[in-house]
Amino acid sequence: MAMRLEVPPEAVTADPPGSKDKPRNKPNGWKLALKRDWRLYTLVALPLLYFAVFRYLPMAGNVIAFRQFQPGGSIFGEKWVGLKYVTLFINDPSFWQAFQNTIVLGVLTLLFCFPMPIIFALMLNELRSQKFKKFVQAVAYLPHFMSVVIIAGMILQNFSMTGTVNQIAESLFGTTVNFTQDASWFRPMYISSEVWQTMGWGAILYLAALTRVDESLYEAARIDGANRWQQTWHVTLPAIRPTIITLLILNIGTFMAVGFEKILLIYNPLNYETSDVISTYLYRVGLESSNFSYAAAIGMFESVIGLTLILSANAISKRLAGTSLW
Amino acid sequence: MTGTLQKRPASKAARQETGVLVKDMKVSRGMRAFRVFNLAFLLVVVFLTVYPFLNIVAQSFSSEGFINAGQVNLFPLGFNVETYKLILADSTFWNNYGNTVLYTVVATAISMVLTTSFAYAIAKKDLKGRSVFIGIAVFTMFFNGGLIPNYVLISSLGMRDSIWAVVLPNAISVFNLLIMKSFFENMPRELEEAAAIDGLTQYGVLFKVVLPLSKAIVATMVLFYAVANWNSWFQAFLYLDRPELFPVTIYLRNMIAGVTTAGSAGGTAENVGQIAANIQSVTIVLTVIPILCIYPFVQKYFFSGVMLGSVKE
Repeated sequence: MAMRLEVPPEAVTADPPGSKDKPRNKPNGWKLALKRDWRLYTLVALPLLYFAVFRYLPMAGNVIAFRQFQPGGSIFGEKWVGLKYVTLFINDPSFWQAFQNTIVLGVLTLLFCFPMPIIFALMLNELRSQKFKKFVQAVAYLPHFMSVVIIAGMILQNFSMTGTVNQIAESLFGTTVNFTQDASWFRPMYISSEVWQTMGWGAILYLAALTRVDESLYEAARIDGANRWQQTWHVTLPAIRPTIITLLILNIGTFMAVGFEKILLIYNPLNYETSDVISTYLYRVGLESSNFSYAAAIGMFESVIGLTLILSANAISKRLAGTSLW
Repeated sequence: MTGTLQKRPASKAARQETGVLVKDMKVSRGMRAFRVFNLAFLLVVVFLTVYPFLNIVAQSFSSEGFINAGQVNLFPLGFNVETYKLILADSTFWNNYGNTVLYTVVATAISMVLTTSFAYAIAKKDLKGRSVFIGIAVFTMFFNGGLIPNYVLISSLGMRDSIWAVVLPNAISVFNLLIMKSFFENMPRELEEAAAIDGLTQYGVLFKVVLPLSKAIVATMVLFYAVANWNSWFQAFLYLDRPELFPVTIYLRNMIAGVTTAGSAGGTAENVGQIAANIQSVTIVLTVIPILCIYPFVQKYFFSGVMLGSVKE
């Protein structure tokens, strides 16, 4: 973090924010900071309280994964039970099915939903009419502004027995498929709707990056005889590479959380075989069957994998590409 | 590796092809073919994006017979506004719509106060403890307590069946926070320094100098939060049990899930299943309309907001 000149470059992290009452000998310690900036610290107080209560307390609450929990009792549980709930889910076939579905949907999402916005942004960038470009953008962003409940309603209607997809299927193949209930069709239904939802808005950061590509680079490439495709390959793509990598890391970070709310709205017991993911499984176990500790153990497993994924993706990209989130 | 992937420049014309800036130059045949393909592809994207919306509108005005026969796609068949009358006469629908407005306003106000004050403070590069504060916020982007501990916490705080369960738990979006922070960081320091010399306190600087100059980012953030709150349903779904507290998203969700079927107002047991698609479509249209009305305005601000946030050094 860059510091301003009048502040000596001492480590900002040296003192935890709570230690404000301790007397300090250092000339620029907390005492001075508080005297000068106490108004700023009052601005920070409420948001910090928010983070403590609604973000960090639940993290600590994960301890119920190892403790017996009674509804209405302490949020940290009653007594230690060790790894009871962990061994329980490790031996639970439904959990492993949900785990497998999570991985499959996560990989499919990365394969299909991640590259589409890049391609879309590049194609938009080739448009010469700015008016048409703006129009396409405005339309393509629309699904992003819809509630997931509305999206779910649209998915279920379009894929219903009388919906558009079946109308097309019937006119082409003479048959209809019960897409919303047939387990083998859940993944195509999920992924195609996900592409529909995310392609437009996902392009926005790439478009922002594309506007900042130095025009003289294209000039130079043209003088070297590069055609349009070569310009894209050698100038445009390298220019948006940091954006691509940053978004890839972030996508990998949300890998485990695959569209929880959407799946919860569109799945049903008939397609659990392919649709049930870790987050929906733990929702049912925890909140529908009230096995809080068991579900907390699964949830913790999920968060730890998520954190590990993003940390390793970040470390790998730092080493290989020199781009990282922090 | 690149050599194999490149096409050779097709002609001198390709070399002169300067893309965005120069318009009327000779372009290679390949380039022209690409442009046609590009245009066609983007038009298909536009159509596919809009189609589900048009389909929902068509279904909402169609009669059940045509919907059940699988014949409704782009245009209404068997024009019918009875369902609109039915839903618009449902007092639960209006009550829930009112709740959505209330929750959106309160939640957005809370979010703005918390986000602005935190962002302003952590944008001060010489604030002691700044990197700890930033770290506290950013860490929550990558690791969170998870569904169950959150549920247990909110319940034990006694927030169930109250507006607080909906408006408080997601009050700060770290993504929005970081956008605001980088906006404040990019403000010329001289302005604030001059104001400080004029005797304004840090509060005074924030309210009298910084915020009036930050209208664009504040408007963007209000829209970000308002749209997110308007669309949210899961908090309400988890913590609200009384139908008179539901936001309209839950009204719609229950209809899709078949929990309530248009309700209270009419529809006998036999025809409820049949006209479900029609009723759902009507409800979807009625929930989408406000968003569509402000959309042209909103999407412009969203784009500039993302641009503001991504310009950081």
